Amino acid sequence: MPAPEETVTDPASGRADRTVLDARDISRALTRIAHELLERNKGATDLVLLGLHTRGVPLARRIAEKITAVEGTPVAVGELDVTMYRDDLRSQPTRRAHKTALPPGGIDGKIVVLVDDVLFSGRTIRAALDALADLGRPGAVRLAVLVDRGHRELPIRADHVGKNLPSALAERVSVRLAEVDGTDEVTIS
Amino acid sequence: MKHLLSIDDLSTDEILQLFETAADMHDVQSREVKKLPALRGRTVVNMFFEDSTRTRSSFEIAGKWLSADVINVSAKGSSTSKGESLRDTVLTVCAMGVDGLVIRHPASGAAVQVSQWVDAAVVNAGDGMHEHPTQALLDAYTLQRHLGSLEGRHVAIIGDLTHSRVFRSNVQCLTRLGARVTVVAPPTLMPSGIGAWSAAAGFETSYDIDAVLPEADAVMMLRVQRERMSGAFFPSAREYTVGYGLTRNRLSLLKPDVPICHPGPMNRGLEIAADAADAAQSVVLEQVSGGLAIRMAVLYHLLAGDTWGGIA
Repeated sequence: MPAPEETVTDPASGRADRTVLDARDISRALTRIAHELLERNKGATDLVLLGLHTRGVPLARRIAEKITAVEGTPVAVGELDVTMYRDDLRSQPTRRAHKTALPPGGIDGKIVVLVDDVLFSGRTIRAALDALADLGRPGAVRLAVLVDRGHRELPIRADHVGKNLPSALAERVSVRLAEVDGTDEVTIS
Repeated sequence: MKHLLSIDDLSTDEILQLFETAADMHDVQSREVKKLPALRGRTVVNMFFEDSTRTRSSFEIAGKWLSADVINVSAKGSSTSKGESLRDTVLTVCAMGVDGLVIRHPASGAAVQVSQWVDAAVVNAGDGMHEHPTQALLDAYTLQRHLGSLEGRHVAIIGDLTHSRVFRSNVQCLTRLGARVTVVAPPTLMPSGIGAWSAAAGFETSYDIDAVLPEADAVMMLRVQRERMSGAFFPSAREYTVGYGLTRNRLSLLKPDVPICHPGPMNRGLEIAADAADAAQSVVLEQVSGGLAIRMAVLYHLLAGDTWGGIA
């Protein structure tokens, strides 16, 4: 039986945070994505998981661990920073760039899976596709996200989704991961 | 921050932030496609009123790799050789919709003056004997990559201090990052008033290179700037080398693997022997590639967003 959703009111903003995924839900969602990837790819051969900064990176590592546990062979994992490729660079304060690190075999001819925490407007993924084009020529690019909250502004969709979370534009979806935030949960407020 | 005129314009956090961005830019140099779209639609003009190879080409490549439109204006071949004033030349160029101006000028303070005339972001690429902030940043960045952190590390800066803008910027940058700095020069090339300055800024001075070298964690040799010398600062080149050059014999005084820097161009056989310039621990060429990364980071932070320093 699914755990009841918990609502906590943030004393600072007065907004109610509703937990939509807890640690176990996140783990289950990532396990499912790992199995879907293996099934779609017919194994882990030529698979490269590229996590998008910030929270996509630990998510990619966790999915890779789960694939390794099933297949018994390590999966290539990398980090991708799309800051320089964003289309809103000019309208924001200067953003700090993060590291882009490809696995030793590169991405040429590989099945690259972009991993991110939330899929929203699709602009981050557009920027990621531009960044990939500068890094090499993958055989195919797929997208795995923990949460798809809708409101796309570009014709982009995810191949693997942990949870579809219909949301109002004004709502805020927050993903917290143990590696970055000390806890695993997805909330909406 | 709108301009980069002096190391003093930067907080310690901003320097470290620049280093982080530069590390990311450094990775771009090993890519097949050395291009980022961050400055697409921006125009940068390099105005060099003084000869330069590495700084000018470094800024040019940095701008181009960030997808900015870059043009170069030099004193020779521009209207300044017909008598046009610096102000008129700068205003003319900026009237063409320039976003960034990289300026090198033989007069100390020229970059600050230019920044007061124009709306474009101004980067000081060396003004007379005053400052050369991107050189200091690239030196500190290169040393940090070698030494891990500069906190508590001993850096010796040796050579023609009087005429060196590199030294002035470097002392500020290195001490800001926690390094212990000792500057070494013959008395004739030690800037006047350095006693009060060193006391206030927290660095040491010495006339004895042989005493300083064994203690150093990094050595930075400075070029003897004969073109700026109007009088006799040392009896002969041979005597300077014997007294203050990083010779083959002096290499043996250094602790193992101590990085040797030189901002270039090098006077081989004068302030630095070929054995030192080409030694395994020489980081002269790393300074050049690090300089490109630093200049990409500087242009990115000045021109990409609507303000410097916000982290999203």
